[in-house]
Amino acid sequence: MRSSIALTFEKCKKEKRPALITYTVAGDNTQNNSLKILNKISKHADILELGFPHNTPIADGGQIQGSSYRALNNGLKLKDVFQIVKRFKRKNPDKPLILMGYYNLIYQSGENNFLRKCKTSGVDGCIIVDLPHPENKKFAAKCKKKSMNFIQLISPTTPFDRMKKIIKDSHDMVYYISMLSTTGGKLKVSPKNILKNYFKIKRINPKKNIVIGFGITDKTISALKSANGLVVGSMLCKSITNSLKMRQNPVTKLDKVVYNLKKKIL
Amino acid sequence: MKLKIKKGIPLIDQHDKNFMYGGKFGGNFIPETLKKPIDDLTKLFSKLRKDQKFLKERDYHFKNYVGAPTPFIKLENLTDHLRGAQIYAKVVSEANGGAHKIYNATVHCLIAKKAGKKFIVGDTGAGYAGKMLSMAAKKFGLKCKIFMGAKDIKRQRPNVEAMRKNGAKIVPVTTGSQTLVDAVSECMRYWVANCDTTHMCVGSTVGPNIFVKICAWSTAQISRELFKQVKEEFGKIPSKMKLLNCVGGGSSAMGFWNEFMDTDAEFIGIEAGGPKNSKLHAAPLTNGSKIGILHGAAQYVIQDKEGQIGSTESISAGLDYPGISPLHCFLKDTKRARYTSASDEDALNAYKLVSKLENISPSLEPSHAFAEAIKLAIKLKSSDVIIVNSCGDSLKDKDIIKQKLGSYIR
Ligand SMILES: Cc1ncc(COP(=O)(O)O)c(C=O)c1O
Repeated sequence: MRSSIALTFEKCKKEKRPALITYTVAGDNTQNNSLKILNKISKHADILELGFPHNTPIADGGQIQGSSYRALNNGLKLKDVFQIVKRFKRKNPDKPLILMGYYNLIYQSGENNFLRKCKTSGVDGCIIVDLPHPENKKFAAKCKKKSMNFIQLISPTTPFDRMKKIIKDSHDMVYYISMLSTTGGKLKVSPKNILKNYFKIKRINPKKNIVIGFGITDKTISALKSANGLVVGSMLCKSITNSLKMRQNPVTKLDKVVYNLKKKIL
Repeated sequence: MKLKIKKGIPLIDQHDKNFMYGGKFGGNFIPETLKKPIDDLTKLFSKLRKDQKFLKERDYHFKNYVGAPTPFIKLENLTDHLRGAQIYAKVVSEANGGAHKIYNATVHCLIAKKAGKKFIVGDTGAGYAGKMLSMAAKKFGLKCKIFMGAKDIKRQRPNVEAMRKNGAKIVPVTTGSQTLVDAVSECMRYWVANCDTTHMCVGSTVGPNIFVKICAWSTAQISRELFKQVKEEFGKIPSKMKLLNCVGGGSSAMGFWNEFMDTDAEFIGIEAGGPKNSKLHAAPLTNGSKIGILHGAAQYVIQDKEGQIGSTESISAGLDYPGISPLHCFLKDTKRARYTSASDEDALNAYKLVSKLENISPSLEPSHAFAEAIKLAIKLKSSDVIIVNSCGDSLKDKDIIKQKLGSYIR
């Protein structure tokens, strides 16, 4: 059976557009709001990434750190993350949802236990920031066995031989990090150069769905639309921060922001 | 499975193919972007370690720049006062800059030069790692940036001033607890974004495996010197000898113990117990913390059930860290070393006693080790030998000591 992630990419390809992938943090700014945000933006986004926050995130910039601290300060626990997923999937069973976070939380809950909870709540895949290839092989295999996608990452520093190995071991989606940066950095490489690298990876196996993330905003998204998918994260976290500052409703705000992003890649 | 240390092999090399010690400590839990830079650094370091020219260069700078050997002295007055074991100190605070952090800093700058990097970044808690990196960077012509928690900037002013004088840019870290743990995170983030032009120095035996290795390899100079000095003093390695060292990340202790690994010397590591009657501490080994991932490595670490890293508290900024080197976790589980803690108050009292009786004045970090030395010495006989690594000078803690004790002596 094809995964809902694979089906989503097929659908987007037919529509001749990249998949729009959003990243928000579970529990930001409250558990209820983060669920409402997912429900709203899923009308425009094709795949939803949901961060399970960690308080020592070594690869995240200020925006996502801010969102993570907001969620953790509200007392968010891993079980709440799964609750949010469950409630979202009940309403949107076909919309792929990917959990993203750091390995220590999985390590503490136990890999098998974590995957069981992913499965029962309806998670479609996971991205683990600090579990690179080949150390992630065992966990990736466990994911596969449970028909969960394990999403491998590739970065501009990844040597070509290593890329080939990563692609070979990848599932339905691969994540290409656009530039040397933590999340939320300014795009310091031109979209043209990002795409040049991107197609180098794509040529290794043209059938693989490869998405680009890091530094993408409403300003840059349309220049990258020849990719299979585009991830926008920090811009959304920043929008939540700003709407809180201006006493606006973050849910309606995010709905608008994601709607606009989608328009730019149609 | 019973863990064992292998004889005749450097401890830093006793890892498996995933860079794990004892199959469970260390490793490289890093973002993909750092895989290649860490791989490159690993290859470069393993080459340099075997390169006679590089070793000569290192030894030259250790001798002429760091100042080797640092003194090994008997603390006659303290020994007489306590009437128990004979107490000695390895006065590493006599090294250039005033602490053991100079060894790691010097080696990292030498490596950065070999790697063709022009920029170097590092973290610091007590400010020594930052001060030394800024000194060495200046000497070797590298541009230097230091990440330091905003709380530590306030409490370790003398070292902050030294960094500024050396021309380093200090980046205050205002996230989380605003201490060492946050400084290391922020420094790693900076490296993720700048690893193409910049070399990173981790200030202790923590972080991804290669940083554990380079740091322990550098501070090993301390025990290379001490091994000779002990033999000169006693004619042999005494059978009842205890080597006491404070542990934050554990770099000075690793350096202090390394050459004695295959001898009968007893290793005792002293963690920061925090304020008396407080639940907060920085003693993951003493208090049985569970294994978790922090800063790219698996280790015993203070954390909650979920895996969120816990807050710590210690009067000594240098020990105020929730994790501990994977090497020390390995030494603990193999029972080669044992670990205990001293409270803020114990450390202050030890600082006071040693500074009053002796010509040395340990900073708050080694004062934790002196606190345990004092406690142990009275229970032992004069045939027992205790050696404490006095790895920092109290001058940097003048403000804190004045505030806590009313006056500062040195
Ligand atoms: C004087 C001194 N001792 C000890 C430490 C703790 O570090 P480590 O455990 O790596 O020796 C520090 C750290 O800043 C220090 O400055």
